[in-house]
Amino acid sequence: MKGLKTFQRGGIHPKGRKELTNTKKIVKADIPETLIVPFSQHLGAPAEVAVAAGDEVKEGMVIGKPSGFISAAIHSPVDGKIKEIKDIFLANGMKSKAAVIEKSEGFVPVEKKTQDWNNKTPEELTGIIKDSGIVGMGGATFPVNVKVSIPKGEKAEYLIVNGVECEPYLSADHRLMLERTSEIIEGLRILKKIVNPEKVAIGIEINKPDAIEAIRKKAAEEGFELDVIPLKLKYPQGDEKQLIKAVSGREVPSGGLPIAVGCVVINAGTVNAIYEAVVLEKPLYERVVSVSGNGIKNPGNYLTRVGTPVSALIEACGGTNGTPAKIVVGGPMMGFTIYDTETPVAKGTSGILVLTEKEVNAEKRTSCLSCGKCIGVCPMGLNPTKMFKFIDHSDYSGAMDIGLMDCKECGCCAYTCPAHIPLVQGMRLGKKMARKKVS
Amino acid sequence: MSDELKLSISSSPQIHSPQSTAKIMWLVVAALVPAGVWGVYIFGLRALLVIAVSVAASLAAEYIMTIVFKSGNTLFDGSAFVTGLLVGYNMPPEVPLYVCAAASVFAIIVVKWTFGGLGANWMNPALAGRVFVFFSWTSGMSKWTMPRILADAVSSASPDTVSGATPLGFVKTNLMNFTGTSSGPIDFLTSQGYPVHSYLDLFLGKIPGCIGEVSALLILIGGIFLILIKIVNWEIPVFYIGSFALLTWIFGGLNFGNGFFSGDPLFHVLTGGLMLGAIFMATDMVTSPVTRKGMIIYAIGCGFLTFLIRSYGSFPEGVSLAIILMNIFVPLINRLTQPVKFGRLPKEKKND
Repeated sequence: MKGLKTFQRGGIHPKGRKELTNTKKIVKADIPETLIVPFSQHLGAPAEVAVAAGDEVKEGMVIGKPSGFISAAIHSPVDGKIKEIKDIFLANGMKSKAAVIEKSEGFVPVEKKTQDWNNKTPEELTGIIKDSGIVGMGGATFPVNVKVSIPKGEKAEYLIVNGVECEPYLSADHRLMLERTSEIIEGLRILKKIVNPEKVAIGIEINKPDAIEAIRKKAAEEGFELDVIPLKLKYPQGDEKQLIKAVSGREVPSGGLPIAVGCVVINAGTVNAIYEAVVLEKPLYERVVSVSGNGIKNPGNYLTRVGTPVSALIEACGGTNGTPAKIVVGGPMMGFTIYDTETPVAKGTSGILVLTEKEVNAEKRTSCLSCGKCIGVCPMGLNPTKMFKFIDHSDYSGAMDIGLMDCKECGCCAYTCPAHIPLVQGMRLGKKMARKKVS
Repeated sequence: MSDELKLSISSSPQIHSPQSTAKIMWLVVAALVPAGVWGVYIFGLRALLVIAVSVAASLAAEYIMTIVFKSGNTLFDGSAFVTGLLVGYNMPPEVPLYVCAAASVFAIIVVKWTFGGLGANWMNPALAGRVFVFFSWTSGMSKWTMPRILADAVSSASPDTVSGATPLGFVKTNLMNFTGTSSGPIDFLTSQGYPVHSYLDLFLGKIPGCIGEVSALLILIGGIFLILIKIVNWEIPVFYIGSFALLTWIFGGLNFGNGFFSGDPLFHVLTGGLMLGAIFMATDMVTSPVTRKGMIIYAIGCGFLTFLIRSYGSFPEGVSLAIILMNIFVPLINRLTQPVKFGRLPKEKKND
């Protein structure tokens, strides 16, 4: 396929495994009796706990208030009673306070009515997004109200929708683009009003031809000017910086934000959440999760309430198959393994993967062969092997000097490394130690 | 539910490509097999014995070193096997067995393990082993056998003039006392009664030489296989052979008393182990640069040095020495060819 856009430097082609779920319609997952809703489901400061044990809560009621500029509100996903507030471990290994909510008997989700939003100002719309606790749903969970507030003196030329979904196995965004096409277009109208860009574009990898077609058709039908850009398959194209490069040819400067090159990038799933928040007045407490992997009996896409334990979702898919080696929250390239299946689904949980030994392909680590493959695949143009050696010798500033902080842990290097060196783990450790030293 | 499951916890990425060190090494072995089979076919079972002894000595040395360094069993990662195999391929078929064993032992113990084992050596072990024995037992390393296929041709020609010389060595030694005119090496071989004088024979490997280096065709097939499965980068062989051929074409004719641009690159590429060196030895991951740019510089350096040694040195071949010399420059090349970081474009470019 010639002529398709993509980013230039590095990148890999892991097996997509999308076929496990990409034809499965989104179905509503059963709401469990007990939900565990963490107060830290986003990048930035955890939400301030606004309820106490014994309180009655309603679906969509605020239970956590944003506690800083970069923070997000947390809402109750069900009607029920707060059983307790306790500390739990999130999928990423961090500790967070969480509300354990007992669903009230006979709870039926309220049917939402559509509201007219056309007379609302951009500021009001941003306020709704903030109050609805909307964060980037691709996995980075950056609060969206911050993202769409263009700093003074900057101008957004491009509003880019991220429909790439380059992580293997995941198809939640793919299904959303197919099944909620008009909602996404409506969400884009809202975003366009807030951000006021010159151009609106959506980047979709060509392994989703039906989604490309559906979006193109719908946008034309509704007369919404949208540049649908099919992209060549390559991981990590769904990363903000790579997507901007692919779509606009611009490179976000090292350490800078997309707005520095006039771009705002919003994930397709997030656009749907913005639609729901503004048009249906429904805060973010529900999302689509791809449950997949060879260790799952019936993989599928589930509309899941935040706070649903992973075990409940796995059971909804008929349980596990064979001997699972890893349970991953998120995609296989950047997701986290969990050891406790009671870990809850959060706003940024795009997938639950039960992977078998064979899919994981773990092997014993050998010495570095200096093959240079990690350098060839690094989309940021870094030298992972050299940085790893610096970190291995506790020379964190040496690693910083050659761009440690530009690493975004996409995993291309560690995926490719024939010696099976845990390069990404090394980078994480290095960043942590380097920050410690600076502060 | 969690009681029944044994879950691994690991840092991302949670999946890995099917590649591994051992797989790479064994695939390299597989790619080397055809050339070796050809060598054994034309030089006889004695060649097989040389390869077997080289591999066995290499594995034995590796085993001893893993015990000395308490590094765990590394015999099955295939790297010692590859080293042994390449040592064997770089030996003349009639070499005394203690010579090839010594080359393997030197390669593994001195070149590989004194610097810390796999990945830490800065010189290609097999080549270093070969060069070590070449200078230690020069006569044993310079005894060449005519391929069995050529037995008839040899007996009909005057045996004294042809025994004990590779095409390249023959040209080199006999050209020194040559006073006539010749258009190039092939013409020279024909006029002096050397039994091989067609490019096809050179390409197929019907020539005397080291066991594994003679068949350019089979080495090429193995190399293309490795390039297709992305174990070998195409940059090194292409730029090595390319730069060498270019230099030979420009300056190679001078030795024959002809002018510039009259050299015979094809003859030089097909002889003297250049194909084996460019495809299997210069591309050794450990001792070649890590970036694309670096690989190209390194490969051109190899081509240049090979040309220099062949044309003006006292040895006919030069591939092993050229690669080893360039190995020494690899850390420097790496330092000077760091990748360009994303988002570090020059300012004026960023705004277009």
